Amino acid sequence: MPNGRQRRDDVALVEAAGLTRSFGTRRAVDQVSVTISAGECLALFGPNGAGKTTLLRLLAGLLRPTSGSARVDGVALPGGAAGRAAVGLISHQTMLYPALTALENVQFAAQLHGVPNANSAARAALGRLAIADRADTPVRALSRGMQQRVTVARALVHSPRVLLLDEPFTGLDDAGASTLAETLAELAREGAALLLVTHDVREGLALATHVAVMRRGAIALHEPRIASGEPDAFVRRYRETVAT
Amino acid sequence: MSTDLVTGEELRSDDIAPPADRGLVPPSFVAAALLIARKDFIVELRTRTALLAALALSLLSIVIFNFAWDPTAVAAIDLAPGLLWVIFTFSGLLGLHRAFGVEQDDRAMDALLGAPIPRTSIYAGKALGNLGLVLLVQLVSIPAALVVYNLEIARVILPLAGIALLAGIGLVAVGTLFGAMTTSTRASELLLPVLALPFFVPVVTAAAQATARLMAGRPVDETIGWLKLLAAYDLVFVVACAFAYTVVADE
Repeated sequence: MPNGRQRRDDVALVEAAGLTRSFGTRRAVDQVSVTISAGECLALFGPNGAGKTTLLRLLAGLLRPTSGSARVDGVALPGGAAGRAAVGLISHQTMLYPALTALENVQFAAQLHGVPNANSAARAALGRLAIADRADTPVRALSRGMQQRVTVARALVHSPRVLLLDEPFTGLDDAGASTLAETLAELAREGAALLLVTHDVREGLALATHVAVMRRGAIALHEPRIASGEPDAFVRRYRETVAT
Repeated sequence: MSTDLVTGEELRSDDIAPPADRGLVPPSFVAAALLIARKDFIVELRTRTALLAALALSLLSIVIFNFAWDPTAVAAIDLAPGLLWVIFTFSGLLGLHRAFGVEQDDRAMDALLGAPIPRTSIYAGKALGNLGLVLLVQLVSIPAALVVYNLEIARVILPLAGIALLAGIGLVAVGTLFGAMTTSTRASELLLPVLALPFFVPVVTAAAQATARLMAGRPVDETIGWLKLLAAYDLVFVVACAFAYTVVADE
């Protein structure tokens, strides 16, 4: 990746303190405090409706918190353009324009983020996801898995310091999932902070340096990956945690 | 992973490079707006959803109204101005609805809102794209109306273009904001006209009055008051809607 990003451990890139977001009387995110430093990957698990996606949208600056505070790359949210510059977001949806080609979609994202030589950067990002040969294909003509690769390329094209990933493995075949996992691990080694929301425990644990479980909007479990043990053991603890 | 928050001063130390140090120079307000408008233009060229629908509605309305009234009872020159602006208003609504619709299909709006650009530039880009569509519809429809209604207005074509531009800006300024507000609602196709049409009344009235005077061969001075009203409307609503959009985008 360009821009000479270097790993700087212990630099907190994501910090949330008492972050809360309510929709009417329902608290979708309730007093969440979490810190993710450079090079760390927090895998966030939880049942449907636990507030994981809302937390990601808060950290991406797409939602205003009802209370609490958050900083991303040192900028308090909602921090305007500066705060958003550091974030790469992958959501449930592709966030692509079906009528545009894969290259046009990624190039548009690069231009919006002010990446120099947007065309080259877009081609490089597509190459990194092993989809450069489909660069000139309209997104609507790509399979769901191929679209997901373009989505990831779009999110990575500006070399974000913070990656917020909501089910990034959706629709990917084994090769695609493997490429993405390698790419994410490489980004973490380069010093990015990753927040990975997934229902796939094995994929999440494989990448994670820390794990957390959300339940009813709150963090119910938060520990270093090393304490989580084998996936089967973690699944048992996860089920106990969300059941209580 | 630490659970303690570090201070802002610590975070802004040399450990964290700002975007500029990473070689990123986010586009200015104008550049971002142009990027978005250009993207919308390309998408519209390839899908032709809004433009074709707006043109079809506009041209069909012109033809249908030609057979719907008795030209010996009411002269075309008296009826055409009001008719044209009603047609432009409704055909424009089709484009206004689609402008944010393309962002909703796969939630591309999240990527726009997540980009390090001023929120007002998203509004400006969308408004610019909408204005292009409205003007394109007028560019095709006005000559069509001249032919169908047999109007002789070659001498006032330039002032008429000025009215079209001023009125187009007013319609687009308000329509773009309401398009953004309603696009994610279930009944957006119904809500947009209901919300926007009352705000369109001053624009359509002023544009129709100014157009009628021009077509009737009245002195240009008689239209100045209406043109001032259009210009004032544009100024107020472009600024107010751009500001209001930042609130809408956050919600």
